[in-house]
Amino acid sequence: MYIDFAEDLGKAWRCHYDFGVNELLKVNGLTVELATPAGWVRPVNGVLLGIGAGESVGLVGESGSGKTMLSLALMGLLPPGARVSGEIWLDAAQSTQRNAEESRNLVGQTEEEWRAVRGREIAMIFQEPMTSLNPVMRVGAQVAEAIRAHEPRIAEAELQRRMLAALEQASVPEPEVRARQFPHQLSGGLRQRVMIAMALAGRPKVLIADEPTTALDVTVQKQILELLDKLRREMGLGLLFITHDLGVVARIADRVAVMYAGRIIEQGPTEQVLEAPLHPYTQGLLAASPKLERGKLVPIPGTVPQLTALPPGCSFAPRCAFHRMECDARVPEFRPSGAEHAARCVLV
Amino acid sequence: MSHLLAVRKLTKRYRRGGGVLSESPGGSDFTAVDDVSFEVAAGETFAIVGESGCGKTTLARMLLRLIEPDAGEILFQGKNILELPAEGMRAERRQMQMIFQDPFASLNPRMKVGEIVGEPLAIHEAKVGKAERATRAAEALRRVGLDEVALQRYPHEFSGGQRQRIGIARALILRPKLIVADEPVSALDVSVGAQVLLLLQELQQELGLTYIFISHSLPVVAQLATHIAVMRAGRFVECGAAKQILQHPQVGYTKELLASVPEIPAAANS
Repeated sequence: MYIDFAEDLGKAWRCHYDFGVNELLKVNGLTVELATPAGWVRPVNGVLLGIGAGESVGLVGESGSGKTMLSLALMGLLPPGARVSGEIWLDAAQSTQRNAEESRNLVGQTEEEWRAVRGREIAMIFQEPMTSLNPVMRVGAQVAEAIRAHEPRIAEAELQRRMLAALEQASVPEPEVRARQFPHQLSGGLRQRVMIAMALAGRPKVLIADEPTTALDVTVQKQILELLDKLRREMGLGLLFITHDLGVVARIADRVAVMYAGRIIEQGPTEQVLEAPLHPYTQGLLAASPKLERGKLVPIPGTVPQLTALPPGCSFAPRCAFHRMECDARVPEFRPSGAEHAARCVLV
Repeated sequence: MSHLLAVRKLTKRYRRGGGVLSESPGGSDFTAVDDVSFEVAAGETFAIVGESGCGKTTLARMLLRLIEPDAGEILFQGKNILELPAEGMRAERRQMQMIFQDPFASLNPRMKVGEIVGEPLAIHEAKVGKAERATRAAEALRRVGLDEVALQRYPHEFSGGQRQRIGIARALILRPKLIVADEPVSALDVSVGAQVLLLLQELQQELGLTYIFISHSLPVVAQLATHIAVMRAGRFVECGAAKQILQHPQVGYTKELLASVPEIPAAANS
């Protein structure tokens, strides 16, 4: 039943990054399959996504949409036994300019090859920095370790200088003092800054941020969002920002991809997606999100479908107010509305 | 009796540090809730908003005497519940129920939903027979939008939103007047959280409930609150009508909180 993506590729619509010149990461028809007692399921299903240098892409979805599994696939960190197909092209544009053979499909790489990519090309930060930091090691030593992992021959004095510079770059105040502290002595916001310093130690091209501000207070969240925004502009990082919060997306993302039941169902420039959403699911998410003014909240009826029992056509059809016969016939392909905005919906 | 609930100068201190490894061996006092006073009339939704560590959860728990305050008064229907003996408190607690944040942690995984929802009845109205208990549990479940087949199931068979509904049904079964809701939607997805917020609104209108609503999220609070208190470091820095706080905040900290909320631009077609 894996037909929808192949057809998408053949159709007229291409997102703008398909011929973008400074494209860093291009994901084509990425599918992840996991074995469950009920059979194989596809938490990531034919995902098409691109990120340019210095560009910030927001990946939005509720729990179970597959957004975290997608990010793990991009890091080569899937659970054992997972089947992956499709393509992940890194630095595709640059490689085509030089030599087409240099561009690599990361899908199907060996663990050893992945190790050269992780941290160096693509790095990741997570929701809860406390679980990713070693509780009995000073944070300076942890940042230094991350730098040494990428440059084993670095001299000690240079390592210390680089470690402090990394903390400073992540806007850690008083880096000399903080470097000597343990993770539990830092606030949640500072811990996330240390994680960012470690993630950037290998000078990656792409940073995946998986709900990095969800556990933080709003005032701290604002600071971390500003920091990530500054870094991606300064360093030309491609930022993939994963979140469930449409307000956060509005602040951080140039473009948005909305994920539902393993598929990206809408993507486009942030203002267009949030102000004129095409897919009924995106419209529903917006109507269900509390705003600062009291308004009528309109929940989406029903619940997210089980991956073991996906409907034959559009996965959102059973919850959709605009449901019609053709929605059940097959998975809708992407339909464009303007040059850069598209959704998998027959209504578009 | 003008107010359902009146809180006067409520204070809770904790001793911090003082262990053998501590820099100050005697320890020091940390005031989690500092001299807080407020009043809530029947039918209102009084929201307490603040960032982590501000004392909002300690305050919520003190209102039900799940944590004993060090000083102050809690007048519920004119009666200071802090002076009540255990027996008297149990009678009052029937009218004051709590809804918790984490619908996964707050339901006993080994009990069937019928037993979970009916348990408060077994404790507070022991004379109610098993059959009637089941009937009332089914009625409470219906009220929160769950079918009575849920009675025979276990919590793990339900989604997060459904579990939060079960928690609400359990809180409703004694027909309380006051419900203290501690972050009731923050563990839920957006679409499901909206379902639960609407349910709380409906229940308030149908049953004339009064809510104390604890949350870190101003947008969530804005949907339900009639009054908002902004809490920081154990104190109310600003307190007033919801509209006033949201639209004309007076205190710098409230303004900062409001400005930090990442807002969704208004949709063009809605």
